[in-house]
Amino acid sequence: MKAAALPGALAARQPAPPAAGNNAPVKRRLPRVEAASIILPLLAGVGVLLFWTALSQTVSPDLPSPLRTWQESKRYVLNPFFKEGEMSQGIGRLAFYSLMRVMKGYSLALLFGTPLGFLIGLSKFASRALDPLIQVLRPISPLAWLPLGLVIFQRSEPAALFTIALCAMWPTVLNTAVGVRSISSDYLNVGRVLNLPRSKMFFSIILPATLPYVFTGYRLSLGIAWLVIVASEMLTGAPGVGGFLWQEYNALVYSHIILSILTIGFVGFLLDRLMGTIEARFKST
Amino acid sequence: MSYLELNNVTKRFSTPKGTREVLKGVNLSVQEGEFAAIVGYSGSGKTTLLSLIAGLLQPDEGEILLQGKPIDGPGPDRGIVFQNYSLLPWMTAFENVHLAVTARFRDVSAAQQEDRTQHYLKLVRLEHAAWKRPNELSGGMRQRVAVARGLAMRPKILLLDEPFSALDALTRASLQDELASIWERERTTILMITNDVDEAALLADRIYPLTPGPGATLGDPIPVEIQRPRVKRELSLSPAYQKVRKQIVEFLTRKRAGAAR
Repeated sequence: MKAAALPGALAARQPAPPAAGNNAPVKRRLPRVEAASIILPLLAGVGVLLFWTALSQTVSPDLPSPLRTWQESKRYVLNPFFKEGEMSQGIGRLAFYSLMRVMKGYSLALLFGTPLGFLIGLSKFASRALDPLIQVLRPISPLAWLPLGLVIFQRSEPAALFTIALCAMWPTVLNTAVGVRSISSDYLNVGRVLNLPRSKMFFSIILPATLPYVFTGYRLSLGIAWLVIVASEMLTGAPGVGGFLWQEYNALVYSHIILSILTIGFVGFLLDRLMGTIEARFKST
Repeated sequence: MSYLELNNVTKRFSTPKGTREVLKGVNLSVQEGEFAAIVGYSGSGKTTLLSLIAGLLQPDEGEILLQGKPIDGPGPDRGIVFQNYSLLPWMTAFENVHLAVTARFRDVSAAQQEDRTQHYLKLVRLEHAAWKRPNELSGGMRQRVAVARGLAMRPKILLLDEPFSALDALTRASLQDELASIWERERTTILMITNDVDEAALLADRIYPLTPGPGATLGDPIPVEIQRPRVKRELSLSPAYQKVRKQIVEFLTRKRAGAAR
């Protein structure tokens, strides 16, 4: 992955914007922008908390208030990696289990999705044959795939991975195919004029030209994989954030549902940021 | 027999509005070691003509012969410098040229391939920027990498598609001089396409005017009998230059008036 390392080096080498003589107004404005970007989300957050509190005090008495949620959850948050048995573990540990499961399923999705995307992008025949099939398979919910996975594999873990891979691969497949199809004919002409052998044509021209699209696909796929993990854990009862959520719902500890939801959102956000950073590096070339 | 020969070449494109004849009955012959230029208006089918010679397109009628052999498909014996440079943005200047060298000289040792790449980068005076990527290079430098890549294929003929049209006037002038001196050293057969009459007169031995499309065709070649090395500043005073310029402009304007009628 030579191409993967180099764009980063390039970004690091780019010179900082020159310090202009009249940068005083810029300096004064910068902190204000940053303050707004902190204060406004905080205000929105406080608004949600107030609404949540009001809701818990009035129409839905079963909904734990923010304060009660915190009191009942802080053990899981402040000591996120404790383990007292299958049913009682820190939220960090549970998130880690989910992440590991996602990474396995996600890797499978990339492993199958990337070559499939290139195949569809490169071959009109494959594209004609597979496009309609993909259009039909793509909108199927993980909740529908999982039972089929259980039937096929007889065990919950491979069924979960099967579901994640099958749901998460489509953005990778489609973006890769689009990326291959939208390679500038100029680049392809360079390869044609040089009479490049097929392998070199692929690795020197088609692959690097497609990489930005591929990584957009990877980012979207990871988002879907994280969505699917919760559903699949809820159905299979596997240890993880989703499994915990369902278990605590059945145990009537509703504050832990909220804890799980917030954890899922937070981890998903971090994953997206991570992939966004990687993707941006490829876009810059 | 001429080195590159086009006999009665016609190219049509089918559009939603019907078939469009871009080139009609084009005849051209370029001698070995010659610097030939085709001058025409934008959109008159110049790039189509070059793509045909490069083998990226196939003619609908007529034949294209290189050293008496018909051209089928693209190949590194016809180096091409594209109008927009077409450098691969994920490769450094060195890698862009090296790709051409390794594709052309597969049986040569890796060290020799690298030497050759360095040689051509040096030829266009870019050895200091060898490890930069195209987006770190100025337009003029990119064009030089493209020329180095074209020459590095050691082509029988180097095809230049409006090589300097995207550059500012100062850069264009210095690159024109450089191309002239490179050509005098290397004596690669060159066919350049341009919309700049002065550029053609400065660089070429013979100039073919291309009538405006549709149905564009080449007029008779106009020889440029000006001593080399040619100096741009003195060129406009030379009677030979004035004669060439007048012939081309007259041909093109007459044809355009005819086409408009």
